[in-house]
Amino acid sequence: MTTTLPVYTKKDFQTDQEVRWCPGCGDYAILSAVQSVFPELGIPKEKFVVVSGIGCSSRFPYYMNTYGFHTIHGRAPAVATGLKLTRPDLEVWVATGDGDALSIGGNHTIHMIRRNVGLKVLLFNNKIYGLTKGQYSPTSEMGKKAKSTPYGSVDRPFNPLSLALGAEATFVARSVDVFQSHLKATLKRAAAHQGTAFIEILQNCNIFNDGAWENLTERDVRDDNTIAIEHGQPLVFGKNKDKGIRMDGLDLEVVALGNGITEKDLIIHDERHLNPAYAFLLSRMDGTPGFPTPLGVLRAIDAPRYEAGMNEQVRLAIQKKGQGDLTKLLRAGDTWEVR
Amino acid sequence: MATIETLPRKRETIEQAVIRFAGDSGDGMQITGSQFTNTAAMLGNDLATFPDFPAEIRAPAGTLPGVSGFQINFSSRDVFTAGDAVDVLVAMNPAALATNVADLKPGGILIVNVDNFKEVDLKKAQAKTNPLEDHSLDGYRLFPVELTKLTRLALRDLGLDAKSMDRCKNFFALGMCYWLYNRPMDHTYKWLDEKFGSKPVLAEANKLAMKAGYAYCDATEAFQVRYEVPAAKLEPGLYRNISGNSALALGFVAAARKAAIPLFQGSYPITPASDILHELSMYKEFGVMTFQAEDEIAAMTSAIGAAYGGALAITTTSGPGMALKMEAIGLAIAVELPIVICDIQRGGPSTGLPTKTEQADLLQALYGRNSEAPVPVLAAATPGDCFWMALEASRIALKYMVPVIILSDGYLANGAEPWKIPALEELPEIPVKYRTEREGFMPYSRDPNTLARPWAVPGTPGLEHRIGGLEKQDVTGNVNYEPLNHERMVRLRAAKVAAVVQDVPDVVPAGDPDGDLLLVGWGSTFGPITAALGAQRARGRRIGHVHLRHLNPLPKNLGEVLKRYRKVVVPEMNLGQLLWVLRAKYLVDAEGLNKIQGKPFKQSEVEAKIEETLREIR
Ligand SMILES: Cc1ncc(C[n+]2csc(CCOP(=O)(O)OP(=O)(O)O)c2C)c(N)n1
Ligand code: SF4
Ligand SMILES: [Mg+2]
Repeated sequence: MTTTLPVYTKKDFQTDQEVRWCPGCGDYAILSAVQSVFPELGIPKEKFVVVSGIGCSSRFPYYMNTYGFHTIHGRAPAVATGLKLTRPDLEVWVATGDGDALSIGGNHTIHMIRRNVGLKVLLFNNKIYGLTKGQYSPTSEMGKKAKSTPYGSVDRPFNPLSLALGAEATFVARSVDVFQSHLKATLKRAAAHQGTAFIEILQNCNIFNDGAWENLTERDVRDDNTIAIEHGQPLVFGKNKDKGIRMDGLDLEVVALGNGITEKDLIIHDERHLNPAYAFLLSRMDGTPGFPTPLGVLRAIDAPRYEAGMNEQVRLAIQKKGQGDLTKLLRAGDTWEVR
Repeated sequence: MATIETLPRKRETIEQAVIRFAGDSGDGMQITGSQFTNTAAMLGNDLATFPDFPAEIRAPAGTLPGVSGFQINFSSRDVFTAGDAVDVLVAMNPAALATNVADLKPGGILIVNVDNFKEVDLKKAQAKTNPLEDHSLDGYRLFPVELTKLTRLALRDLGLDAKSMDRCKNFFALGMCYWLYNRPMDHTYKWLDEKFGSKPVLAEANKLAMKAGYAYCDATEAFQVRYEVPAAKLEPGLYRNISGNSALALGFVAAARKAAIPLFQGSYPITPASDILHELSMYKEFGVMTFQAEDEIAAMTSAIGAAYGGALAITTTSGPGMALKMEAIGLAIAVELPIVICDIQRGGPSTGLPTKTEQADLLQALYGRNSEAPVPVLAAATPGDCFWMALEASRIALKYMVPVIILSDGYLANGAEPWKIPALEELPEIPVKYRTEREGFMPYSRDPNTLARPWAVPGTPGLEHRIGGLEKQDVTGNVNYEPLNHERMVRLRAAKVAAVVQDVPDVVPAGDPDGDLLLVGWGSTFGPITAALGAQRARGRRIGHVHLRHLNPLPKNLGEVLKRYRKVVVPEMNLGQLLWVLRAKYLVDAEGLNKIQGKPFKQSEVEAKIEETLREIR
């Protein structure tokens, strides 16, 4: 039987619900990118499910005309896991925030990644608690002055990519709300990945943390402060493509191209490198003076998925023992007849 | 082997006997007790057991906290409890003796392993004098047996090391008890062969130890009487022994089969609930999916995800885990998805008494969530009843689209009783229908009778919709913060749970339908209350017993039944939680009988309360 898929457009994925993010919020751009990418994936609309936790970002499912589940703070990965294990036929996407995924839901996040459950995770990182009106978050930089930290925070932040890689994520990527074409391309890569696809999306909260990513997004500095990494390509960056990254012992080093240094000396990005330490090194460039912030797919490898293993055990048990016989089960072990 | 001279023995037929095996947690007392239990069951006795073990896996050997016990009450009559006092106590060391001897009946049989009563052993048990010599045991029939030495002697030809030989001494004790009650050993032989299939020498060693124990009694003049406990008159049918946890596991497999949907269990290990996870993880050929989550919150929320996807989703835990699940149970209430939550209660608060029983989570189950968040709450009365409760809870959850809590406890979970295996036709029907018609679909429209909303699972074309924890507009399910809509939704969710009462059978009191005193119980107090009721009615008291299996909503006629008696007493293993509910709801001047010792009630304790109350109103 062949079924032809309806031709979808972005409109098919929009709901009639009034979007309630602040005007100018980066979440709009992310919504728009996802609504543009879903029609292109060749998947029947009813198969999509968007699961979220709590936060501004977690309002996301209400604006997607798919199945959607706005759960409780931090628990979206666990709800989505239960859904994906029992319904591997579904395309389950998780929308979450830096507080949702890394603070209250940190435990679920690392275990979802460790199990490599086939979920696509969009972590909206605005380095702030938006919905609760502006407290610092686990990704806020040290010294952050926010509502609950008038003297500046004394917390060291998480780097979401490093954290995901520490849990041995099989797909780790980063994009930015305002870099629409990069974001869409990254979403498509995530859609194609088997296993947990973890994307950190740098998002501007123009109300409580405006300009948090300015040094990466402003036209005049972005080429010097970011590096778009691509599989098989040398790590080159800079306005004039004149800088690169090479190995220096166990560390990375920024070098200027020229004076005998060519692209051949640079690292050729290998997203399939099995040792997560390589991608981890890339993730540590963030915030290291002189280094650019990596954007793109840092890691994409194949590994066993929990839901596949679990369903395979069920299949094999049925194959070996036959469909379970309830009468036999109830009568298992020692029985005796009373007359 | 030398033939044993069999001495002529007096034989006595008795109705009932209670044995307790007590030893170090490494002494295999649970296995010994289970073997005696299974043999008693196969011989047709009615029975009840009470395994009682320490929270520590291996507390220092020989110490008081390391004592593990297993009690069995077997009889030719109906059995409701594991027995108040014991006829035979097997004590493998001074610590086991010290912690258990108080429960031995005057003149009861006391078998002790004298090899473990050396100076060091006494010191470990903090005994100042040797009880075998200080006359403190004079009121019992004491049998000091060199259990360790005799076991080694029996196994000397097998070429085992001393440690392996000593592991068999519990079977020597088992052999002695088999002799004492004239029980065949072949059932345990069979079990040993299966258990040690790959190590036949260990099966052989245990058999030899057991035979040696049997032969020892036969050859020793000291044992003058052998007892017979004939078979009980149970309802005809096919029987097996079952523990509460096992019954829950089987009940859920049966429920999923009747509902024709897959079973998903999200769980995080915790005593005394873990065995349900262990057991269900074996039943993969039934399509059962078990998920050991990273914590109880994930256990509950993964179950919510599975229910959203169309599975019969359950989660199993004990009190501390229950506390962690509460916010998520609120979500399940708000999104109106069917989930069964099992709380196998234990002593608390906090970590409390992990391996001991208690009934103090009732108010948590009823009211432990933020805001107005009622759920149906059921409680199993006996180990076998756990099976029926799993079916009942699943049926209600699926019919009303609501999370349902089942309360069990450590006593039901680990205690075993003979259970009449039902035929498949006796199981309730559990019809399930996912919504598929697009025409007129509204996520929060309701069935007029049950107030259930439609179950529209992802993957169904044309029914894409959003659900969540934010308040929803009636019918459409869209996010809505209007004051009157909120009140309507709060009332609707409450009305839906209240509507379950149409499925709750009216209570019919056991004993007298009216009279001086009504005992109202729930959960595992069923056994001691039933036993006490029988004994007191035999003395002409006009009393009744109502045992609640549905705690929310309560049966329709309960208020009327309470008024038929002059006095109402509520025995509970807590400070009076059901009591509080009954007083609040029915304005009845009920009184509590409360025991919070990590142990079930004794029949005598309930009887004493009945007598005291009747004296007061006379
Ligand atoms: C159990 C619980 N604790 C606290 C809150 C309050 N709360 C709601 S959203 C949020 C933080 C959200 O931050 P983030 O995940 O970064 O999302 P954003 O709003 O920035 O998108 C908090 C603390 C809650 N809803 N539930
Ligand atoms: S508070 Fe910030 S994150 Fe939230 S909607 Fe407004 S701009 Fe967006
Ligand atoms: Mg945030």
